[in-house]
Amino acid sequence: MTAPLTRRSVRWLDQRTASAPLLRKALRYLFPDHWSFLLGEVALYAFVVLVATGIYLTFFFVDSTKEVVYNGPYAPLHGQEMSEAYRSVVHLSLSVRAGLLIRQTHHWAANVFIAAIVLHLLRIFFTGAYRKPRELTYWLGLTMLTLALLEAYLGYSLVDDLMSGMGLVIGYSVGLSIPFVGENLMNWLFGGMFPGSAALWPRMYIAHVLIFPILIGLLLGAHLLLVAMRHHTQFRQRKAQTEHTIVGVPAWPGQAPRSLGLMVGTAGFLFLLGGLVQINPIWLWGPYHTYSSTNGAQPDWYLGWLIGGLRLVPGFDLVIGGYTLVPNPFWGGIALPLLVFGFLYLWPWLERRFTGDQAFHNLLDRPRDAPVRTGIGVGMVTFVVLIFFAGASDRVYVTFGLGYIPQIWFYRVAIWVLPALFGFVSWWACKELQAGETVLAERHEAEAEARLARMER
Amino acid sequence: MSRARNALLSALVLVVTRRRRRPKPEETRIVPEQPRNLAAELGVLMLLGLSSLGAIGFILVYAFADSLPAETQLLGALIGLAFLFLAAALVVVGLKLVPTEELAEEYPPHEHPHEQQVIAELVEESGTRFTRSRFFKLGLLGAGGTLGLALLAPAVSFGPLFRVGDFLATPWRRGKRLVDEHGRPYKASDVEENNFYLAFPEGLKGEGKEQMAASLVLIRLRPDQLDLPSDLEGYDAHGVLAYSRICTHAGCAITLYRAPLFQPDEPKPALVCPCHYSTFDPATGGTVTFGPAGRSLPLLPVFEDSNGYLRAKGNFNGPVGPSWWGVRLWGAQP
Repeated sequence: MTAPLTRRSVRWLDQRTASAPLLRKALRYLFPDHWSFLLGEVALYAFVVLVATGIYLTFFFVDSTKEVVYNGPYAPLHGQEMSEAYRSVVHLSLSVRAGLLIRQTHHWAANVFIAAIVLHLLRIFFTGAYRKPRELTYWLGLTMLTLALLEAYLGYSLVDDLMSGMGLVIGYSVGLSIPFVGENLMNWLFGGMFPGSAALWPRMYIAHVLIFPILIGLLLGAHLLLVAMRHHTQFRQRKAQTEHTIVGVPAWPGQAPRSLGLMVGTAGFLFLLGGLVQINPIWLWGPYHTYSSTNGAQPDWYLGWLIGGLRLVPGFDLVIGGYTLVPNPFWGGIALPLLVFGFLYLWPWLERRFTGDQAFHNLLDRPRDAPVRTGIGVGMVTFVVLIFFAGASDRVYVTFGLGYIPQIWFYRVAIWVLPALFGFVSWWACKELQAGETVLAERHEAEAEARLARMER
Repeated sequence: MSRARNALLSALVLVVTRRRRRPKPEETRIVPEQPRNLAAELGVLMLLGLSSLGAIGFILVYAFADSLPAETQLLGALIGLAFLFLAAALVVVGLKLVPTEELAEEYPPHEHPHEQQVIAELVEESGTRFTRSRFFKLGLLGAGGTLGLALLAPAVSFGPLFRVGDFLATPWRRGKRLVDEHGRPYKASDVEENNFYLAFPEGLKGEGKEQMAASLVLIRLRPDQLDLPSDLEGYDAHGVLAYSRICTHAGCAITLYRAPLFQPDEPKPALVCPCHYSTFDPATGGTVTFGPAGRSLPLLPVFEDSNGYLRAKGNFNGPVGPSWWGVRLWGAQP
């Protein structure tokens, strides 16, 4: 009975959409097999979970900063002045059945989404997957990472709890520090000086739930389309895998259940986290007011490097004749991400300029195959990770008793010295590994020759 | 036992499939035939059952959540496990039950010179009737550009442009009393050493208190600790100092006061912002002693009136809040 039904459905679909040739090709599309190719997929599935849980949250969230008084069941907040936005999230978390589960799952999904993108990016970088003909795919991916960071920051800010307000005012100050245009830009975005006009929250909300998700979705579609058009890259795991021939598991039937399993598994993992591991208990932070803040505040992990950047810069504004050209937050909040993302965007072009490599690449490098790239990449990662650690030096002080000021001075030097050192060591290690392989290959060759000679004798 | 069942099953399968296979002989299969794996099939069925149990459990917990402890944890664990069991079932299907194939095919060609040629010719030949093609391009660019600008123009209404007055305005006036967050006026005697206080101008409510220039941090220093520069002389009321509460670095509220509890480690009192640990010396007029802030903390001059209440003597000695291009060009406006 099943066969006729399958055939009837396929026929019905093809007659109405003329899609059988395309579908046939899609079903036999090849996926080379390597665990690291799943990182991008995890990001995609976390995005799906984000959209699904996010839609649920929109049915409860109120995008207003109108001051109200809390009278709900959570006693510690009784009688406190707060925004309607914060009150609605407290209500969702503490009084709506399954509300906290969905909210925490959404928050965890955001953290995993960005973590998966970053790991995916590292894989792409260190294997040279961005090389011709896949530069566009790479740039689309980087743009999605940028959008994802802004989107996550917006979501974090919307709640209007104490932590989110502190994050928002820092973002405002960073925007204000952009030379020449900062003051007008922030007036324009916020509808006036901080804390902004009543229109600010509806603006942030529509950006978070509509504009950014649609942009990310569109870029995601283009990203996947480009991947499929040029086909996947592959490692040289077998002899048959060459620049011209791709070897892999077909989408149907081999890959489909595995990928679906990964999607469902990602969702399951995120729901487990959302239910069992508390994240951002906003009722404990209390409402934000411009005149309140708290010690020990840490942002979500993906903004840790920017906090570190802001903290490391020595205290000065660049002033020329009374005109404040570069207020301090510019260095950590704008210059640092510009440097890192500028490097990432320009890297394919830079590498091609220095290597003169104009060839098509379908085979991936192992990190050791490109020692210079690996060295520079490790240096860059070390730089960002050290700044990230610098952002946690107040926690290190509390936990381990290491003085805050000495730590900051250590990082102010280390972020320049250690990347160079680690980069050099990685470059050297790659060279050594390459040399080791040559020696091994020569030995195998010699042994084979010797065996042959013995047999002839 | 299971061998007997296997034999029976294979016999059954043989009988059933024999008839079906006749019109479609083995050689024309696309997906290769591989041996059956009854254990895996059984495993998948069990996993699907477990997933279903998790889902049903989720619905039950949701329905009776009010009488259960740890609602969020139970719900998350059940729905998470339901998903994970389903995922495990799918992975077993993928690895053990669908035919495993590894295929090879050619990568798409690097380029399509013929099609490239055709596209280029199509574009080039379509434009041959335009004799003034340079003007045409210019005109098109002009129309597109101006129309784009026109469409973007309404976005200017988002916020006020070139309105620096907002950054300089403060709710403080000479004679305004300093009150706490409940509106109770401060007496100078309320402000004790080694403690710090939140203060607002009298009469502000709700959202008014959120303006950056409204809130203060009040502290008291002993006369021997005080070392104000000459232009800030008289800003304190017998040692009571009223600094802006908003950090000049990134706008967070200054809510840490390091009163010297242990002289070797904490030699001087300091006001500290918990966001990036900008550290200000209240004794010398809020100068930056550590951290990223680029400007001193603005100081509001205060005095003690005849009833002992604290009042503003004037306005801050500089604009409040994070730096922007004009922050050093004007003083705070009265």
